[in-house]
Amino acid sequence: MTVKATRSRREPLSNSTLLMLVAIGFFVLLYILSLLFLGAGFKRPSRVFDILNDNAYLIIIGCGLSIVMITGSIDISVGGIVGLIAMFGALFLRDELLPIPGMAPGLRIAMLVVISVAIGLAFGALHGALVAYLDIQPFIVTLAGMFLARGMTTMLSGENKQLLTGSPVLEILSKRIDIPWLGYDEVNKIRHTVTHVPAHFEFVIIAALLTVVAVAILLHKSKLGRNFYAVGGNRQSALMLGVNVRRTRFLAHLISGLLAGIAGFVYLWHNKSGNIGGASAAEMQAIASSIIGGTLLTGGVGNVVGTLFGVLILALIKPIVTDASALKGFEWLSKAWWQQIFNGAVLCFFIVLQSVVLRFRSTLRVRKSEREETVSG
Amino acid sequence: MENGIVLTMRGISISFPGVKALDRVDFTLRQGEIHALMGENGAGKSTLIKVLTGVYARDEGTIELDGVPGTVTIHSPQEAQKLGISTVYQEITLCPNLTVAENLYIGRQKGVSVPWKKMNRDAAALLDSLGIPARPRQMLSSCSLAVQQMVAIARAVDTQCKVLILDEPTSSLDEKEVEMLFKLMRDLKARGVGIIFVTHFLEQVYEVSDRITVLRNGQLVGEYETASLPQVELVSKMMGKELEGLSQVSASQDEEAEQAEVLYQAEGLSSSESKPFDFRIHKGEVNGFTGLLGSGRSECVRAIFAADRVTGGKVIMDGKVVRITKPIKAMKNGIGYLPEDRKRDGIIADLSVRENIILALQVMKGFFRPFSRKAAEAFADEYIKALDIKTASSDTPVGSLSGGNQQKVILARWLLTHPKYLILDEPTRGIDIGTKTEIQRLVLDLSREEGMSITFISSEIEEMLRTCSRLIVMRDRHIVGELKGSQLTQDQVMYTIAGGGNERAD
Repeated sequence: MTVKATRSRREPLSNSTLLMLVAIGFFVLLYILSLLFLGAGFKRPSRVFDILNDNAYLIIIGCGLSIVMITGSIDISVGGIVGLIAMFGALFLRDELLPIPGMAPGLRIAMLVVISVAIGLAFGALHGALVAYLDIQPFIVTLAGMFLARGMTTMLSGENKQLLTGSPVLEILSKRIDIPWLGYDEVNKIRHTVTHVPAHFEFVIIAALLTVVAVAILLHKSKLGRNFYAVGGNRQSALMLGVNVRRTRFLAHLISGLLAGIAGFVYLWHNKSGNIGGASAAEMQAIASSIIGGTLLTGGVGNVVGTLFGVLILALIKPIVTDASALKGFEWLSKAWWQQIFNGAVLCFFIVLQSVVLRFRSTLRVRKSEREETVSG
Repeated sequence: MENGIVLTMRGISISFPGVKALDRVDFTLRQGEIHALMGENGAGKSTLIKVLTGVYARDEGTIELDGVPGTVTIHSPQEAQKLGISTVYQEITLCPNLTVAENLYIGRQKGVSVPWKKMNRDAAALLDSLGIPARPRQMLSSCSLAVQQMVAIARAVDTQCKVLILDEPTSSLDEKEVEMLFKLMRDLKARGVGIIFVTHFLEQVYEVSDRITVLRNGQLVGEYETASLPQVELVSKMMGKELEGLSQVSASQDEEAEQAEVLYQAEGLSSSESKPFDFRIHKGEVNGFTGLLGSGRSECVRAIFAADRVTGGKVIMDGKVVRITKPIKAMKNGIGYLPEDRKRDGIIADLSVRENIILALQVMKGFFRPFSRKAAEAFADEYIKALDIKTASSDTPVGSLSGGNQQKVILARWLLTHPKYLILDEPTRGIDIGTKTEIQRLVLDLSREEGMSITFISSEIEEMLRTCSRLIVMRDRHIVGELKGSQLTQDQVMYTIAGGGNERAD
């Protein structure tokens, strides 16, 4: 066979892409099964919007975590940062922190966006510097960051929960697009009333999807993005190939911090409140989503479209369990712990599935190269 | 600088605490030549390479490069690359999760974005021009090791290097892959690249190189034209032993070695690290594997003990076929193995002398039936006395003992299991001369008095000749001969290593 002929051949999918397709396939399968067996709720398009609205902030920090994990690092502080910014933002928008009299609500919100980004960048820079330049374990560094953020959240808040109720900014933040034709009629059997519930499209969805697109472009099209993969694939080799490893690792953490800052604002935007335990364990959800989406904890492999679907898969579990508990014989599912247990089961299932897929692939490859050898030799 | 010379190193010296690693070494590389750098363990090959690539700073001497005025000082591998000195290491230093094209260009592109199309086009042209069978968009991990190696070379060539250092590039390649690599090396040579080829495969040196520089104990032995240096002379220069006349000893006179029955026999035994080989040892025999560094001596005995993953072959012990797939099975069959690297595979430095001594026996007995303190102490004291181990007490951590005494502790560990067959891989390396002789005497005593079979490996050929009654000679991972009786002379061993001796005397 000539060299030219093999060139035009289509390359097999990379592991990143393959694992992403597995995640997308699983999501579609899960949704179809829900449609078949659980019915009503899943037939409503508004369910998709609800999932996206609720999980927008998770998608954003998931993107950040994917970058960090591709680089072979980890960031467990992002949930804490989201909680901190949500709490700070709630107080800030109620003019309880840094009040500037006579400031227009819109301007106040814009200012909060800037501050959120700044807080996120500050955390990211601190983590990145310690991890990349002082070579400290990222787990420890970001664990410290998480404690710091959670501590500051408690310090800021006198109470458990700070709501935006009554604030003039609430009106702006509550804006959303109602899509009546994608809505549904809710029938109240006791009062014999029918109310039309439109589908809600919150702007946080745009923020989340823009992040996915931006990070996807960064990872695939930019030199920095490829350096993330190189450093995660083999740090020593990357160094020998002339990649600035320290700067690359620093930037991974910086971007993760930045995205956590944005996610904090998005969280407040959607929930309209900050609370002490806000976004608790969000970092674990994000890590799980990244893994389900095909990002390997060992580094070098992953992509954000997969992460998006990872978030969606985990997000599907809640309505599935809720709807299933309404079925006859499945009432026991209404207990709250079942969601967690199913989360764990899905994550576990995915890790096994991925390792099976990758192993099957490598044996296939060995067999193929053996075949080629016998043909040519 | 003389015409056609790309690199001159003169009088290079470098010392590390306690050793003079390089002592006034000269090295000259000409344009378009493949220059083999040869030497045994501790000869200073890798030190010389590291001086050249900026990993070590030299104490004395000058380095001159074609096109660079004056002598140069190289501070880092990156600086070496800028000066046109590229190195391709044995371990692939590329990223397996990126494409071939990315591996060729990452880290040396300008701008913010990746020009995928241009990069793939350039990569295709580069791979084509060098005849490398890889596709630009292929994942590097899907290429064979040889192709990965060649991609690394392509990258080095593309950075306009004048000096290309190939450090043991063929160690993990099979014969066909080696051929591919050699073809590439010859192409590069034709383009005027000077190649420094570090290897321990004699045949490959003769197949591909134009010139050979031999180092020994940090000193220059000489620079030779490959064509005018017979293999046996090369071996003698590397080992530092003069050939005492060309006495071709007539085939085996002493047949008495075949006296006792065979204790252990392997047919076509192979492991993940070694090629299939046949081997046997008789009761009470001391034999040895000999050969140059990297010839596969240790790999063979590791296969016998199943220290590496055994991949095939048949093993017969005491007339019965046994399957030895794990070290514990070897131990249960009465085989003991004293590893080459005692720090890594042998001692457990923080445990006491006593615990280290009883370890192997304890493993065989099972950890849930521990020895009583008293029994353990009795065992330990017995062997501390028998082997004259110099330790404050049996409670002393082994790490605080001298190298020779550490080695005795490991020896004691195996003797305690009363093996029928004991393998000693470099038991005397790095220990003082007194202990060395003690260990040699012990080996002979064990075989004569207790009828133990022993396989002995040492880099020092005199030691092998003194202790072994039969030597298995290895070259380039193959057994190339077997010497016994009056054949056991230095000359004969060197002839056999160089491929000029009698092929198997039995």
